[in-house]
Amino acid sequence: MPDSAKGGRFTRSQAFSGYVMISPPFIYAVLMLGAPLLAVIILSFLTDGSGAERIIRQFTTANYVEALGDPLNRLLWMRSVFVSLMVTLATVILAFPIAYYISFVVRPEKKSLWLFLITIPFWTSYLIRVFLWKVILGYSGVVNSALLGLGLIDEPLQWINYNVGAVILTLAHAYAPFAILPIFVALEKIDRSLLEAGQDLGESKAMTFLRVTLPLAMPGVIGATLIVFIPTVGDYVTPQLVGGPEGRLIANMIQLQFLKLDNYPLGSAISVITMVIVGVISLLFLLANRRFLRGQR
Amino acid sequence: MKFPWLRVYSWLYLVFLFAPVFLLPLFAFNAGTVIAFPLQGFSLKWFAALLDNESLHEAVRNSLTIAITVSVVSTTLGIFAARAATRYDFRGKGPMIGLIMLPLVMPEVILAVALLVVFLQIALPLGMLAIILGHILVCTPFCIAILNGAFLSLDKSLEEAAYDLGETRISTFRLIILPLVMPGIISSLLIAFIISLDEFIMAFFVGGTTVTLPIYIFSQLRFPAGLPVIMALGTILVCLSILLLSIAEYVRRRGVARTGAKDTGGFL
Repeated sequence: MPDSAKGGRFTRSQAFSGYVMISPPFIYAVLMLGAPLLAVIILSFLTDGSGAERIIRQFTTANYVEALGDPLNRLLWMRSVFVSLMVTLATVILAFPIAYYISFVVRPEKKSLWLFLITIPFWTSYLIRVFLWKVILGYSGVVNSALLGLGLIDEPLQWINYNVGAVILTLAHAYAPFAILPIFVALEKIDRSLLEAGQDLGESKAMTFLRVTLPLAMPGVIGATLIVFIPTVGDYVTPQLVGGPEGRLIANMIQLQFLKLDNYPLGSAISVITMVIVGVISLLFLLANRRFLRGQR
Repeated sequence: MKFPWLRVYSWLYLVFLFAPVFLLPLFAFNAGTVIAFPLQGFSLKWFAALLDNESLHEAVRNSLTIAITVSVVSTTLGIFAARAATRYDFRGKGPMIGLIMLPLVMPEVILAVALLVVFLQIALPLGMLAIILGHILVCTPFCIAILNGAFLSLDKSLEEAAYDLGETRISTFRLIILPLVMPGIISSLLIAFIISLDEFIMAFFVGGTTVTLPIYIFSQLRFPAGLPVIMALGTILVCLSILLLSIAEYVRRRGVARTGAKDTGGFL
């Protein structure tokens, strides 16, 4: 605390106090996030060694050539982006009506109960939740047992398990609160009198929703989209557990390079390319929606 | 009822969200060894099996040590960041906060890889300490999100009144600010604890041979014979999470009531 400091005006100023307060978490983030990310970028330009000398300090772009040249990597990147986009689309579209319901229909004193209920499944063991989706969708799982029991099918459905669809469903479940909460917050901020004004001026309910509610909710939808899209690209537990061989994603390849094949420079190059792909898609998405974000923050 | 379809949809959505959570106790108390329907009858043997499993106990001890340390350190860092973000203006505040919050929107496998690379470079032994450092990075943004809410609802004039009455900055913080943000701090401690207890990817990358609870669970998912025990363990974990979350929610609501604000939000 700078209170006892006898120094000049700066030490007593707002800014100085701000820097003092922010420095512990900021220094931690620089050391544990900034420096490591930089190290990965540097490492991606070094040469992989063998035996005791793990990494040879010699500049090369060979890792990028190898990473980009491998058709398997290209397939995994495309599949990862496709899966993440589908998960994001499914999660946000499924989440919007419930966020709307909680914000516009549920009575104010019940709102926090609903939000509480929505967050509970999210805080239960992630691995076990993913595994249970396998149980629900499996060959002799819940869905198949129920359909067989009802006589709707004669033999268990196999196309619902161990594929990209199962990965999408499981991830849409896992990231639901991340999509609901930002949309809910944006909807809560909407001035209700604007909606009445819309209807007073002769717009139908549907048109009021499309022309007033939806544009004003867009910042929340954009936030939800990014907060679901970016982390799902890096998920490798779900594809490994419910994806089967067809559902493996780029994160599984990164894990393989680092923990099994011990090729850190190549793994780093794949990680850097993945970060660039994620960053570019996110930026393009933000640019495409910038008119909704104007005047925000 | 104006929107019956919306109401029905919302309840169906809740069923979808809770489906795995409801299945868990069914299989945990099921006598059969196979995780599938039809159920084979009631049994407590899987819970009994949890009691004499030394490798599980070690994993629980490791996870508790890590989670308690992480929740205290992340919340402390979170208090600093939330205070800076809500009370002070300074050049570069946005980008600095942005970097601190970045782990929230980074693919976790990349965070894990980056830390692994650095820990190996500086010869930090992989294990407990490495997991703790990684988890602090992951948990701090969540703590800040919760604490920001608590610090935002503070009335600046209370603080100024305390200065006028002769309190120092430190005593003001202790006597005025801390009691008012205490509910936020407790929520933050509990949430960081839960996240750390459940975090798998980071622990798997930088943990070396240290086994935490999620790593133990992951290793057991491959063996069908061990699955019912995992279901029993999961049931206990779910109950624990719900208990901790209920405490966090209760404390948060009391805090909201105390500062006189309108209650609209939940966590995050």
